[in-house]
Amino acid sequence: MMRERHLNMIILALLVLVPAYALWADEPFTITLATRAVIFALAGVGLNLALGQGGLVSFGHAAYFGMGGYAMGILASHAQSYTPIMESPFLIEGTNSMPVIWLVAIITSALLALLIGALSLRTSGVYFIMVTLAFGQMFYYFTISWPAYGGEDGLSIYVRNQFPGLNTLDPIQFYGICFVILCLVLFLVNRLNKSPFGLALMGAHQNEERAVTVGINVNRLRLVAFVISGAITGLAGALFADLNRFVSPTMFSWQISGEIMIFIILGGVARLFGPVVGAALFILLEHVLGGLSEYWFVYLGAILLFVVLFAKGGIIGQLSKKESGHEG
Amino acid sequence: MDLLLLIEQILNGLQFGVMLFLMAAGLTLIFGVMGLINLAHGSLFMIGAFAAAAVAGWTGSFLLALIASLAAAAMVGALVEITVIRRLYDREHLDQVLATFALILIFSEGTRWIFGSFPLFLDIPAWLKGTISLPGGIQYSLYRLTIIGIGLVVAVGLFLLISKTRVGMRIRAGENDREMIGALGVDISALYTLVFALGAALAGLSGALVGAIQSVEVGMGEPVLILAFVVIVIGGIGSIKGALAGAILVGLTDTLGRTLLPVIFGAFMEPSAATTVGSALASMLIYILMAGVLIFRPTGLFGRA
Repeated sequence: MMRERHLNMIILALLVLVPAYALWADEPFTITLATRAVIFALAGVGLNLALGQGGLVSFGHAAYFGMGGYAMGILASHAQSYTPIMESPFLIEGTNSMPVIWLVAIITSALLALLIGALSLRTSGVYFIMVTLAFGQMFYYFTISWPAYGGEDGLSIYVRNQFPGLNTLDPIQFYGICFVILCLVLFLVNRLNKSPFGLALMGAHQNEERAVTVGINVNRLRLVAFVISGAITGLAGALFADLNRFVSPTMFSWQISGEIMIFIILGGVARLFGPVVGAALFILLEHVLGGLSEYWFVYLGAILLFVVLFAKGGIIGQLSKKESGHEG
Repeated sequence: MDLLLLIEQILNGLQFGVMLFLMAAGLTLIFGVMGLINLAHGSLFMIGAFAAAAVAGWTGSFLLALIASLAAAAMVGALVEITVIRRLYDREHLDQVLATFALILIFSEGTRWIFGSFPLFLDIPAWLKGTISLPGGIQYSLYRLTIIGIGLVVAVGLFLLISKTRVGMRIRAGENDREMIGALGVDISALYTLVFALGAALAGLSGALVGAIQSVEVGMGEPVLILAFVVIVIGGIGSIKGALAGAILVGLTDTLGRTLLPVIFGAFMEPSAATTVGSALASMLIYILMAGVLIFRPTGLFGRA
């Protein structure tokens, strides 16, 4: 049993050591798996801000994941075919520069989260879950029926987008980019959680009436958290699309929303590194169980059911239970 | 647009709505009485469809297939309630969502394991095949009309069950104050299992009825489940009347949107663009309807504030 902070250090060390070992042993597939884990972790960190800190059970985060993915897909496909996205009233061209794509992914998914959040936050509890799920599904059907960007078949991007000074097609360099982004976002989210904003958000989660009584505008607070949460998940979507060099409506599907939620639960709700552990475990299970049986989702379901029913606090909760000690 | 075609589309919308009602009624009842959000309701829909397809394959009887769908879904529902769901009533919604999501994974992959990945087919029986002439010279599918009929009969039956019978009285009492009716000597856990099995049976029936129009495959339940959520958000949670109104509204909006929007856009756009924009917008129409209801009545049309 150990402190959560020490555990987090070990997790970070593993995220450096495992790909380093894979590089040494010349196993690029392991590096790709690790990249998937890091990107999923980033999506989970995004959702965890709304779900863990804010208590907003969003079952529609695939909307932002997909939005980020399509931001990359649309920009890169126009750059690939040398056609502008629009010419009037002003010219917008495609791009294959990662930083620009990330910025667009963050802004578009934040705007989308603002719209969906403003509508969904009029409700609470079960309504909120159902409404966010439904809005996520809306974009799934929209991308299927909109033929301009591949419709149901999705969009392929032939060359990975560029980052100044790096060769992004080299698996370890792309992993490095994703890992650094994850660390930056973890740092920022940690600061945010400890800021007055984060404390107020947590307070409103634990006791809404009390937060309102001390003069906190709970709705605005939650909307801001929801928008930041969506923006982070959108960034993860853009990276995921770049990893696969492919986007399709599947990125918007409700299963993705469910999986992002699974990362958080497996790792531990409202714990900074919860989604990181959860995503890594998910990828590991997918790899190990998926090798054992074609029907590995049955086992995943059983594990998830067990964690929900009997192991509250997820992996981090189990490993650091004794010394964190505040939860009784 | 042709008036006859329009009427046919309205009937199609009604049929779709009635099917959504069978799903939404169970969900809303389970939420109203037990306070549980059940994502696995779509799996029960799928189980009903598979049970019907399997029994129809063995016996060739459509009636037996329908009975099998009711029985299988109710049995699986009761079993799941006793083993898993019962532990979730006092938990947060997040736990309920995750545990029932886990059940979806188990049921979907389990079904794939047993029946394989290829879709099954459930045939419309000979005595329900073909069309029927309605007043005004409209030819309409007898089977779809039958679904509308069954749905309305179930709606009336549910309404009578809840407002006129002893069980219904207990269900209503359970919605209002579950501790009190427990204290009055009603076996709450048996009541909960019963309500859950009833909701499951309705979902199973819905799956079997739809299975004869579409193919029966793994994953068929979840899109319907999400539409049923839209229905409940529009109708108001916990209200059977709201579920009926919401389901008909969603069914009509979706079906008519898909037919009419491309025509409407065609009036001022070139045909191919009109089809694209029209069908893309039609796929979003019910969610826009839901957003509208959320803006003006966040608790739904029949919801309690």
